[in-house]
Amino acid sequence: MTTIEREVTIPNKYGLHARPAMQIVELANGYTSKVEVSNGPITVDAKSIMSVMRLAATQGAVLKIVADGHDAEQAAAVLVQLVENGFGEMKPDEASTVSSEE
Amino acid sequence: MKLTDIMVADAIVPQLKAKTRNEAIEELVEALASAGAVARKNVAAVVKAVIARESQATTGIGKGVALPHAKLKGLKRPVGTIGRSAEGVDFAALDSKPVYSVILLLSNPDGPDEHLQAMEAIFKNVQRDIFRKFLRQSETKQDLIELIQEADEVA
Repeated sequence: MTTIEREVTIPNKYGLHARPAMQIVELANGYTSKVEVSNGPITVDAKSIMSVMRLAATQGAVLKIVADGHDAEQAAAVLVQLVENGFGEMKPDEASTVSSEE
Repeated sequence: MKLTDIMVADAIVPQLKAKTRNEAIEELVEALASAGAVARKNVAAVVKAVIARESQATTGIGKGVALPHAKLKGLKRPVGTIGRSAEGVDFAALDSKPVYSVILLLSNPDGPDEHLQAMEAIFKNVQRDIFRKFLRQSETKQDLIELIQEADEVA
């Protein structure tokens, strides 16, 4: 068994909102290792969407990813890469934004 | 952030008429407009944006709860409402089960951190089995209002 601990900074404007949270959970569930994510004092199970949504990690926040198990190294690496890539949303999302004239 | 800061009491819909995901979204945005929380002229655009977001990836996170949302410029703070469906609505949820509690959230695109705080306030409660159970069983607007007030006190 291996325990891997990595830190990564959230680069995208909207931070760890619903879609990125789901991406983390989906990836984490692809590994047998136990995976936890922390934002400051809050640590949650990376395989539970309800939990990951609680991190409220904003742009610039440093997430700590701790993976524990046989595939811990791969799990941590993939999650770090996901965050580093800004969850694939370094461009603004126009479809779900309404520009009010108010 | 507290649920009562986000949820517009007058816009809570204890008995959704909607049978489909899009109808539920329309009904809740309409309720926010009727309560004065969203300008009437923005209703159609907001509905479209929420549906567009939902179509990218479901917000039906499982256990009977969905959290459709979109960004709306000009909002001073995140605003939301709750819709309850006795029969359940298909949101293509992650667990493929019907959604009984629809929590709609609109946030200002220039306030991403506030959006995350609102989400945190919602999920802090939604992750609790007892909160989801009461959310689903509350048959009146007053029951739902009391539920979120009590949840704020506990949290």
